[in-house]
Amino acid sequence: MSTTSGLTRREMLKVTAVAGGGVLLQATLPMAAASPPDDVLVGSQELNVYVQIDRDGQITIYSSIPEMGQGIKTTLPMIIAEEMGARWEDVQVIDAPLDEDKFGRQGAGGSTSVPRNIGTMRRVGASAREMLIGAAALLMEVDREGLQARDSQVVHISGQHRSFGQLASLAAQQPVPNPETLTYMDPSEYRIIGTSVSGVDNFVIATGLTEFGIDVDVPGMKYATYVRCPRIGGTAVRFNEREIKGLPGVTDAFILEPNDAVGESEVWFLNGVSALRGGVAIVGDDTWSVFDARSKLKVEWDESSASTDDWSAMVAWAERTAREGGGRVIAGNGGVDAALADERNRTAEAFYQFPYVAHVCMEPMNCTADYRRGTNGEPDSLEVWLGSQFPARATEIAGRLFGMQPEQVQVHPLRMGGGFGRRALHDFATEAMAISHRAGVPVKLTWTRTDDIHNDHFRVGGFENMKGAVGPDGRLAAWEQHYIGFSNGGRPVMGSGLRGNELPAVAFPNARIKLSMQEIATPCGPWRAPGSNTNAFVEQCFIHELAVLAGRDHLEFLLELMGERRWIKEGDIGALNTGRAIDVIKLAAEKAEWGRAMPKGSGLGLSFYFCHAAHVAEVAEVTVTADRRISVEKVWVAVDVGPIINMSGALSQVQGSVVDGLSTMALQQITMTQGVIQQDNFDQYPVMRIAPTPEIDVHFIESDNPSTGLGEPALPPLAPAVANAIFAATGERVRSMPLSEAGYTLV
Amino acid sequence: MAKFKLRVNGRDREVEVRPDMPLLWVLRDKLKLTGTKYGCGIAQCGACTVRIDGVPTRSCVLPVQAVAGAVTTIEGLAAKNGDPHPLQAAWIEHDVPQCGYCQSGQLMSAAALLESNPKPTDADIDQALAGNYCRCGTYVRIRKAVHSAAQARNAAKGA
Ligand code: FES
Ligand code: FES
Repeated sequence: MSTTSGLTRREMLKVTAVAGGGVLLQATLPMAAASPPDDVLVGSQELNVYVQIDRDGQITIYSSIPEMGQGIKTTLPMIIAEEMGARWEDVQVIDAPLDEDKFGRQGAGGSTSVPRNIGTMRRVGASAREMLIGAAALLMEVDREGLQARDSQVVHISGQHRSFGQLASLAAQQPVPNPETLTYMDPSEYRIIGTSVSGVDNFVIATGLTEFGIDVDVPGMKYATYVRCPRIGGTAVRFNEREIKGLPGVTDAFILEPNDAVGESEVWFLNGVSALRGGVAIVGDDTWSVFDARSKLKVEWDESSASTDDWSAMVAWAERTAREGGGRVIAGNGGVDAALADERNRTAEAFYQFPYVAHVCMEPMNCTADYRRGTNGEPDSLEVWLGSQFPARATEIAGRLFGMQPEQVQVHPLRMGGGFGRRALHDFATEAMAISHRAGVPVKLTWTRTDDIHNDHFRVGGFENMKGAVGPDGRLAAWEQHYIGFSNGGRPVMGSGLRGNELPAVAFPNARIKLSMQEIATPCGPWRAPGSNTNAFVEQCFIHELAVLAGRDHLEFLLELMGERRWIKEGDIGALNTGRAIDVIKLAAEKAEWGRAMPKGSGLGLSFYFCHAAHVAEVAEVTVTADRRISVEKVWVAVDVGPIINMSGALSQVQGSVVDGLSTMALQQITMTQGVIQQDNFDQYPVMRIAPTPEIDVHFIESDNPSTGLGEPALPPLAPAVANAIFAATGERVRSMPLSEAGYTLV
Repeated sequence: MAKFKLRVNGRDREVEVRPDMPLLWVLRDKLKLTGTKYGCGIAQCGACTVRIDGVPTRSCVLPVQAVAGAVTTIEGLAAKNGDPHPLQAAWIEHDVPQCGYCQSGQLMSAAALLESNPKPTDADIDQALAGNYCRCGTYVRIRKAVHSAAQARNAAKGA
């Protein structure tokens, strides 16, 4: 891959836009003007695959991890810039092309982008810094020891200095330092890491110039829509082809047979449904013509192997299963039964329920594909433009669909209008490739919002039947958690079930976890903090129920459950650390002034959850009126994810998680009847609007644990904090989501 | 198919399209102004918000034949000389966007608010932006940025 300019034309346009605006917005300081011209140094120099410096001192850093709003395109370059001693104002960030040989894994999911990449970013920055220092030592004829890189210059103790721009050419010729011997900056000297940096794409976003996948325009491109069977898994037999093809603006229409071509890693999420569902493609001159043609479309579907999933039947089955009390024991001991039967103990049983929910990324799923047949014996080729959390999967899919080799496929990753786990899966890309292949033209496939909801890989719904006992001493005496969820082919679907590392089970001996599963065909996938986003609700609410049963203060009861400050698995960053848990719980409680007297109709609710190596506690203050109007006034959040890299970005993720958590728990539910998803658009599946947004007060404990990601872990504690607050305000226990189903209105 | 004359961001444009084609798709597919976004097509989410003679309008449900007035899209929000609108500057200063997809619509609604109400309260902002979803939950920062843009605008006017 050529890096002389390093830019594709598309990227060049973006940069121009940024630069044009940058001058206006922040009066950037062109340092070349202040430095003496150095004729030896010319051109933009590549110090390593991530860093280039031109003679004017413009530092270009490549961002290789897909951006979906999690801020990674700003966060990771900050680390490089810091270690190399750059001034952030001199940095421009450019999207790297997809090239995993060069950049390593280019994927985003599971809040792992920071922990996975922080080491590389520091190495890349430190290595560039050492090359610049090496160049300065040669130019100034001084020892390296007296040199230091800061503010985009290398400065000698004598006061002499050279700008990075002046050094770039010579630096590029320096030997690449041995990573083993690299030294890193002391955090006390950080000037960029830990500060608030505005997202590098904010100018193009605010001016409407960002290119999301849905904005792609390719010469000769047609627009496509794809109609799948309303009953998940049905296939198209025939349709009114002549009529559809005769509609204005429609150029082609055809049936695609189902196809299981899908990345190996995505099979699990499909629950037996084909990645490419059988359906009817309509191709035309613009999006509206093909969308509108759907109203005239008549399809005969073969529903013989379609889904029969039915939410009301699932609820009935779960209630029965809870009553019957069976289930396979996956962890725990027999002490639970004795404690539940012990007459001196007080016991409670509660049935919790959470619905299926959809991702509804603001940008509906879309993909542009250009399948070109080879001429003169050349092999066929394929170009794909898409917003994806794992864009390299498109290459894998092309291999399975068309038998193509990776070198025949070129994938252009684009910024995503939201991901939340949805864009970890690529059914929409499979469809676009298949449609372009069949139509023989480049096509942009855009899903309607209804397609986007109906064909989601949902956050799985489920149920948990809880039993617990508290002793005469007011302490937890028994905990039984019966998870009633869903499987396909005997394997729990994504997000269903318990991982065996849930609280209080991990920290408390007298606990038992049981599992009952029913088969489904509805595709399910990762949805922001899979599993955690529902288990937190059940566990943290039921702990509160038991605290109330024991007549104890919730805060005191929760802290007592944590016991001694310890690591559940010493040295494993992925395991709960009760010390860190205690610290965030205490901090959130302190900030919220836990224990203060609340007016009638108002209450505080507390929760804690550990996932994605993050410890997060939240307190919600709610007011509930007699007519069940709920207002979440304020949410306090205490987070320990180790040191923060971009303070503004970290805060954004927490604020967004609180809003997302509230929106989901208050408003959202997907139901299905005989395999047909019942919610068609935002009028039936709303997203929270601005008015109910609470004040959000976030506090970070920057412990010396390694930094970890923050896209997900602040979401799970929100729902139980709010539900516990509703109990505190009203005495009414919320055991089912969404709140709207229980007659509550969020205001 | 019919020809329609539109005034978009201060320029006269002519398109030949079906009369029932919503303005959204005329802008995006025909005029290649892709800053205006598709989110739902049923006037629920506000991603497609443009201004017509200043009035924030959901372009996804407005047939091109019904467009009566000058259209401003996000691409036309900055001043003619390229100076960003105070809202755009505030959006960057307060680091509002997450994924960024809803923000064109948010900005167009907010721009209309500031013209009719130079000193909006939180309640005014909530009302003016009630039609704009943000799936990423940037609402806290949107409120902040609108306040700060209002102040900047008033200060500039006073100067
Ligand atoms: S696309 Fe127009 S309101 Fe959603
Ligand atoms: S920033 Fe993503 S929808 Fe608003």
